[in-house]
Amino acid sequence: MKRRDFLKSVSGLAAGAALPAAPQVISSAYADARSETLLIVSEGGPNNLDIHGVGTNVPGYEVSWNCYDRLISHEMKTGPGGVPYYDRDKFKPELAEEFKIDDMSVTFKLKKNAKFHDGTPVTAKDVKWSLDRAVSVGGFPTFQMSAGSLTKPEQFVVIDDHTVRVDFLKKDRLTVPDLAVIVPCIVNSELVKKNANEKDPWGLEFTKQQTAGSGAYKVTKWTAGTEVIMERNEDWVGGPLPKIKRVIWRMVPQAGNRRALLERGDADISYELPNKDFQEMKASGKLNVVSLPFSNGIQYIGMNVTKPPFDNPKVRQAVAYALPYQKIMDAVMFGLANPMFGAAKDKPTEVAWPQPHKYNTDMDKAKALMAEAGQAGGFETTISFDLNFAGVNEPLCVLVQESLAQIGIKTTINKVPGANWRTELNKKEMPLFTNVFSGWLDYPEYFFYWCYHGNNSVFNTMSYKSAEMDKLIDGARTAAATGDMATYDTDVKGFVDLAYTDIPRIPLYQPFVNVAMQKNISGYQYWFHRRLDYRAMAKG
Amino acid sequence: MLTMIGKRLMFAIPSLIGVVIVTFLLTRALPGDPAAYFAGPAATKEAVEQIRKKLGLDKPLIEQFFRYTNDLAHGDFGNSLTTGQPVAAEIRNRLPASAELTLLGLIVSIVIAIPLGVLAATRPGSWIDHVCRITTTAGVSLPVFFTGLVLVYFFYFRLGWSPAPLGRLDVFYSAPPTVTGFYLIDTLIARDFEAFRSALSQLILPATTLAIFSLAPIARMTRASMLAVLSSEFVRTARASGLPPATVIVTYAFRNAMLPVITTLSMVFSFLLGANVLVEKVFAWPGIGSYAVEALISSDFAPVQGFVLTMAVMYVLLNLVIDILYGVIDPRVRLEG
Repeated sequence: MKRRDFLKSVSGLAAGAALPAAPQVISSAYADARSETLLIVSEGGPNNLDIHGVGTNVPGYEVSWNCYDRLISHEMKTGPGGVPYYDRDKFKPELAEEFKIDDMSVTFKLKKNAKFHDGTPVTAKDVKWSLDRAVSVGGFPTFQMSAGSLTKPEQFVVIDDHTVRVDFLKKDRLTVPDLAVIVPCIVNSELVKKNANEKDPWGLEFTKQQTAGSGAYKVTKWTAGTEVIMERNEDWVGGPLPKIKRVIWRMVPQAGNRRALLERGDADISYELPNKDFQEMKASGKLNVVSLPFSNGIQYIGMNVTKPPFDNPKVRQAVAYALPYQKIMDAVMFGLANPMFGAAKDKPTEVAWPQPHKYNTDMDKAKALMAEAGQAGGFETTISFDLNFAGVNEPLCVLVQESLAQIGIKTTINKVPGANWRTELNKKEMPLFTNVFSGWLDYPEYFFYWCYHGNNSVFNTMSYKSAEMDKLIDGARTAAATGDMATYDTDVKGFVDLAYTDIPRIPLYQPFVNVAMQKNISGYQYWFHRRLDYRAMAKG
Repeated sequence: MLTMIGKRLMFAIPSLIGVVIVTFLLTRALPGDPAAYFAGPAATKEAVEQIRKKLGLDKPLIEQFFRYTNDLAHGDFGNSLTTGQPVAAEIRNRLPASAELTLLGLIVSIVIAIPLGVLAATRPGSWIDHVCRITTTAGVSLPVFFTGLVLVYFFYFRLGWSPAPLGRLDVFYSAPPTVTGFYLIDTLIARDFEAFRSALSQLILPATTLAIFSLAPIARMTRASMLAVLSSEFVRTARASGLPPATVIVTYAFRNAMLPVITTLSMVFSFLLGANVLVEKVFAWPGIGSYAVEALISSDFAPVQGFVLTMAVMYVLLNLVIDILYGVIDPRVRLEG
């Protein structure tokens, strides 16, 4: 730096210090910006702005949901506590103007005035390209599409510029709902193709860094691990223009600080806080805390049924009678969960999932069952959990360890680092563990297909196999597709009953999604993906 | 001098090669399967395999290594999977954030610790010596995240004096155009004094946290080395010759006592740069420490390797600077290869 420049900058500094009155002008602009801006704080942020990308994480889904449109979406209904809750059975057009479901296909007419963020109109070929992309890129998106029997590009047919038909592979009740999840989002095909190359034919590298959709918001700045800034798309036609102009989403790793930011009124919304904090904030009443049960989700204790001693149903039942259910509800969840245990003896099984089982903490029964199984002396085993969710899992496992010791089962706790958890689950070697599963599509047969079916998916963490169970699950799926509701009901009741007598996994509770927000924030909606939908929110 | 520096840098090359090999092997030895992790919660075995292929992790280790070194030679550190960004760019963006915070913390610490150490040494056993001992012991015994949280609790949550611990700038200010990457300097260059104030006020608490932690080694080292110098013969001679005490202490004693202090400073600096992860976490600071730790937790190889390599280079450079400083402070020290 030259001496003259140095002097200049020093005098500049002095001038800055001498002008304390200047900020006032800036402050009123600042207040305006605040009232139209939503400031969200959370622990983690997205690693990819495109849900079709390799290894896109859950926060990335939130960006996709708000920045891309789908052909259809769900209507809202009033959920528990009067909070708007997505309606599983009612669909509304989003990018489509109307849609018609026929016997073996569904036809969508696109809105003619829909435009991508760069101004190009949304056409049928964009829709086809996007759906082709979802079923072809592999990994999670392709897997999710296949859950609704959407697997082949040939299923998506362009009829004219504004009409697309989706052909069904087979009758499957989940096909239409699967078109309303996050994955089948419509991407600006021309823009992405321009930025694709032979190594990356679907342009995943491009959409990782920027949003190329037609959604209500667009990402204007993204600093990975630090912040995401989204601005409203003024030309959005997917629904009424959102009230929030700008969304600033900051990553604040410390839970205590997130709470402090909320309580001081500096942040508008946060989730991912410890249950205890949520419970305290609820009690203090300064903030609005919404707690809603995970749809189709359960935290459970699983047992590997392929290995002794858990291959013996009597041992599994003994464990089910020995678990400290109520203690877990009180000391770990602070009441923020729906109990999934202790249903009345004479309560009939419902055609619903999740529903509570009839086991309760009963040490005498547990000991008797252990004796019947020839395990009166007890045994040693390990109980594993995912360290990423240590806040809940660790105290839970300690309580389970304590209780199981009373019936002679000595457990060592095995803490598995988050990066390793999937690998361990895939190996299917852990004898005893706790985990959560929750399905986007809220249907009992969907849950059971992934968690109990003999085709042994990753989520059948117990390696449970039963011909009878498979028959019931397959039966329910076929019955649902053909609309044979009587068979469907018996099959659902059948597999729930079987799951509870064989008890390879013991449901503990249905966890809650907790979101804390300032009192002046309105319009929170619960979605199956459990992330925020900014489009309905308002401030002030 | 220049040839000496060149020679020193040459000697650093083997250690850097060693670092490259060791970090590569260590990251591969980590438990956990990145492919399974990034395939997501709902992945089938085939999906995991597809991801593994995409990441190039199905290739033999030696091939992966050659690809990695080849990329390195072209200045490509690879891509982070957790943040989705090129590692080199991320480190370039995040290093200044850490460096600015660490430097400021260190400056605060030096401003307090060195006078404190000098005073304690000139009056051993006095109250100032005890103050020095107590503050340094307290500072080093409190874990940094604890000090950080306590400061946030009082100055932000209770008193409201400090801005929200939301990183380098208030949410509603935009970052200045990057020149040095140091917001305090860049905002001045851009003449954006509002942003400068915001950046400075965001820095105060985390820098203080770091300063409290690093007081101890600097103050203790200053005290010890001053005590040794003050009892030496040339100081006695100076005193006997009737030089004023200030001259004796500052000009003669302190200059001679500085060498070990400088060494400590370099160690403290490099230690803080890597180890302020916790401070970065508490203050949502977008630095490299938290970046590396997050990468480690998710078995994300590239950033971990990039981080270790950057730190190794920093150490080499820092050591070189310190050696040059030795020569400046004490002309008797010669820079040898």
